[in-house]
Amino acid sequence: MSLEFLVASAIATLVAGGIYLALRARTFQVVLGLTLLSYAVNLFLFAVGRLVVDRPPLWSKDVTHHADPLPQALVLTAIVITFGMTALTVILSLRSFLESGSDQVDGRAGRDGDEAA
Amino acid sequence: MSASDHLMIAPVIVPAIVAPVAMLSMRRRRALGLSVSLGGCAATLAAAIALFGIAQDDAIRSYALGAWSAPFGIVLVLDRLSATMLLVAAILSTVVWVHAIVTGADRKGWHFHPLFHFQLLGINGAFLTGDLFNLFVFFEVLLIASYGLMLHGQGALRLKAGVAYVVVNIVGSALFLVALGLLYGLTATLNMADLAVRVAALGREDQGLLRIAGLLLTTVFALKAAAVPLHLWLPRTYAATMPVVAALFAIMTKVGVYAMIRTVPLVFGASAGAAAWVPAPWLLPAGIMGAIIGFVGVLVARGMREQAAFAVLASTGTLLMPVAVWREGALAAALYYMVQAIFAGAALFLVADATMRRRGQYADAVVPSPRFAGQDAAGLLYLAAAIAAVGLPPLTGFVGKLLILDASFAVPGWPAIWATILGTTLIGVVGFARSGSSLFWKTAAPDADPISAMPRPRADFIAPATLLILLAALTVFAGWAAAQAHAAAAQVMAPGRYITAVLGAAR
Repeated sequence: MSLEFLVASAIATLVAGGIYLALRARTFQVVLGLTLLSYAVNLFLFAVGRLVVDRPPLWSKDVTHHADPLPQALVLTAIVITFGMTALTVILSLRSFLESGSDQVDGRAGRDGDEAA
Repeated sequence: MSASDHLMIAPVIVPAIVAPVAMLSMRRRRALGLSVSLGGCAATLAAAIALFGIAQDDAIRSYALGAWSAPFGIVLVLDRLSATMLLVAAILSTVVWVHAIVTGADRKGWHFHPLFHFQLLGINGAFLTGDLFNLFVFFEVLLIASYGLMLHGQGALRLKAGVAYVVVNIVGSALFLVALGLLYGLTATLNMADLAVRVAALGREDQGLLRIAGLLLTTVFALKAAAVPLHLWLPRTYAATMPVVAALFAIMTKVGVYAMIRTVPLVFGASAGAAAWVPAPWLLPAGIMGAIIGFVGVLVARGMREQAAFAVLASTGTLLMPVAVWREGALAAALYYMVQAIFAGAALFLVADATMRRRGQYADAVVPSPRFAGQDAAGLLYLAAAIAAVGLPPLTGFVGKLLILDASFAVPGWPAIWATILGTTLIGVVGFARSGSSLFWKTAAPDADPISAMPRPRADFIAPATLLILLAALTVFAGWAAAQAHAAAAQVMAPGRYITAVLGAAR
């Protein structure tokens, strides 16, 4: 198995889990789903510069082949933004839970039959 | 570089400086903070007017940030389209700012003014940037500020709608990043002009990925534009937020449409091989469905804010139809319609605000209420705003729809466009007439609860009236405005000029 296959299947698994959780009715699961999705996206962006092992991203005289540094910079930006966004979503869903007494995303009161979060 | 060259960055720099200064000074003294905020609005407006004047010579200008030349650094690009959108954003934000001060909406929570200017920073940046990743960053700035503004004033209902709004947009941002990653993986660049050059040179084996990237990118923009079927977040969000904030948001869906108009002809235009005009077959049905759902929503809405939200949805749908044709004439009509739709949507929200402030416990519900102070003035403003939004003569909506009908005649699919525009206009007329007569004509039963609202000064009619006067001016000078739209569309549909302006004539 190649490295590419490993990374690709990891991204696919993360996306599948992320989509499933993001479609759940309760805010905590949705937040987890968004986190998984953002991990997948970050990994994907990282892989966009091609998977190369043992290469420096910065120019140096001794090396002829380099890793692409730009995706790493993009990932850094994306990580910062998604991290902030996740924190905001957590606070927001907490506030909304405390104000409305329900952690359902659509704002309806939870029914007794719902599975435990 | 002379000072006028650096003016291009003013719409980004000014809000970026004003926002933190307003936050700091507002803590000390409100008057100081207000004057800083007003100064920021005025400076942005002045810069936008100046840039609009500069763009009149039909040249496309690029500004390399930090003098890092394209395609390695980030560039800002000013052409007629971006200059027009900057001007519209600056005018709208100034009017909304005045309304927020007059009605005291900015006192309902902390940090209205800093968030307001960060919102402007994001919008202006998205209009100016010539780099796809930079566009993502400005979209995030715009969204983060909009989360804060949307929740301004708080309340359980607003928080619930806010959670859904934030979640939808985070998923949208994830998709945006995937599309960017695909494009970068294929072309190793994110500069839009450079992308256009390299996409045209891609080999056969990459065409499938390129199509996926183009469709993903358009999906993200369609989500921001609330194109059907990605519109479900909009009505609840816009109806739950403060009307004055929603009025500012009237431009946000159009930022999504702007991003499509900017990227598709440039990157996925005629030279893009198998990916040429890849989103076109999807956008036309989306526009048709958007117009239908929007105007039916106008008909069935139970509140004025909900109705205004559906009117925004309907205008986006109507706008996407001529855009999806991707021809110069249709695009020119779309641009005229877009500018007037922004003002008309904002006017509807501001009139709703002025009305619900006077109706006490009846708020914005479309039910007859006892007579309230200022009923005639509010009714007249509502009438004018509805005429503009639905597209009846004499106001701009009519001119815009006429231009669209004229420009889309004999393009493929024109019977669908004509039938949708004419049919939905009728539905919209019925919807606005029904709610208008309930709100302002009928009087409630004699035993209805009296209104418990305090009498309000009439100053909150100023902002909606200003927008309507602007719309009237756009009608009177429709020839000039349509010529402007034509010139802007001609620039957009000639991507070679954009590429030369950014990368230099060498390529």
